Amino acid sequence: MVGVKLFRTWSSPFALRAVWALKIKGIDYETIFEDLSNKSPSLLQYNPVYKKVPVLVHNGKPIAESLIILEYIDETWKHAPLLPEDPHERATARFWAKFGDDKVLTSIWSVFIKQGKEQEEAMVPALENLKFLEEELKGKKFFGGETIGFVDLALGWLGNLISILEEIVGLKVVDGEKFPLLSAWMQDFADAPIIKDNWPPRDRMIVKFQALRDATIAAAAAAAAAATSK
Amino acid sequence: MEEENQIKLHGMWGSTFTKRVELALKLKGIPYEYIEEDLSNKSQLVLKYNPVHKKVPVLVHNGKPIIESLIILEYIDETWKNAPRLLPDDPYERAKVLFWASFLHQQLFEDMGRVITSDGEAQEKATKDLFEKLTILEEGMKEFFPGGTPSINGENMGLLDILMYALFGPYKAHEEVLEMKTIDPERNPLLFSWVMALTELPVVKESTPPHEKLVALVQFIRENALQSCVA
Repeated sequence: MVGVKLFRTWSSPFALRAVWALKIKGIDYETIFEDLSNKSPSLLQYNPVYKKVPVLVHNGKPIAESLIILEYIDETWKHAPLLPEDPHERATARFWAKFGDDKVLTSIWSVFIKQGKEQEEAMVPALENLKFLEEELKGKKFFGGETIGFVDLALGWLGNLISILEEIVGLKVVDGEKFPLLSAWMQDFADAPIIKDNWPPRDRMIVKFQALRDATIAAAAAAAAAATSK
Repeated sequence: MEEENQIKLHGMWGSTFTKRVELALKLKGIPYEYIEEDLSNKSQLVLKYNPVHKKVPVLVHNGKPIIESLIILEYIDETWKNAPRLLPDDPYERAKVLFWASFLHQQLFEDMGRVITSDGEAQEKATKDLFEKLTILEEGMKEFFPGGTPSINGENMGLLDILMYALFGPYKAHEEVLEMKTIDPERNPLLFSWVMALTELPVVKESTPPHEKLVALVQFIRENALQSCVA
């Protein structure tokens, strides 16, 4: 089998990273949309360990985990590079991408799935983490410098998901006054060519994430009730 | 004009993350200065070089810091291209190694941590998760060791060997403290023979802390964690 296939869902922010990278490099590919409640045999065959999207399949060979996919794309198609050449700058880029997934995403998610006092408390680490990103943007338009790079793609979900989550919980997380550089970056990134054409439909996202929040809160309440009634 | 090649490693003797970086530097024959950090009283340098996480290891190369052990290992491989190569050059082979590196680093390491720091039902569940993941790893590694028992030396050791040793090298100390086997020659024959092969290598032996010290450290971590649950 020859060619490039991308297994994704309509909403996965991780899959978008691969979409952006492939489009930035002008690589033709076939999209396979997965229904995660009914995974295709192909997906299970290509990602048996995690059974998740995205999976990139190049000439029959599968690559899983979105940041690993980004590096694979960058190394295979060397034009329009996403990562810098210098090893120290590459290490720095990898660090911020990892920070985004390990800390920024998890802390913002925590704010999103909580309410009341717990939500207030969850805001503290979330804002601290965002401050590090604000610092990192000093003197730069994008995290990659003048043009979009690896870190921008890794953090790109902020350009869309943040406003959706903020609308659902009625809370401003990335305040334009507290985070002027980050807010500007979110706008510039979201509106950039290629990036702006690929955002998932906002109304569908709101419905999906509202349902996810409601379900998570209900499950947490049920678990708490079960624990106290013992 | 020759550039001064100054390499410093800030670490902690019992840290599996520090161990990974030390091994990589030794394998590549890179001379470095080691600075032992007291994690309860971190030096100003660590706080300056790693303001985000304030953690070790930190590698400082000609004054520039690199943090996060996996990222440090990639940096070492990209900067010093002599053997052994920690990662393959081919993008697909490289992606496979990075995939399993992430599995070892995130999944297995976290499960192992949970087993060590819990007891009762929680520990039973954590142990079950660990064994399941070990089975997945055993299966996954068959592709890397088609001949069965791995044949590794100082010339061909790579990223996965380093991670495997850093995580399971102290298995005897774990067994002593936990009073159970973590990697088992019967349950995970390939993984077990792999760890055995690694622990025999001279470069690994000289980096291994004494057994009693490791036991004391694991014991300390476990007791600390269990006490804070009770409070």
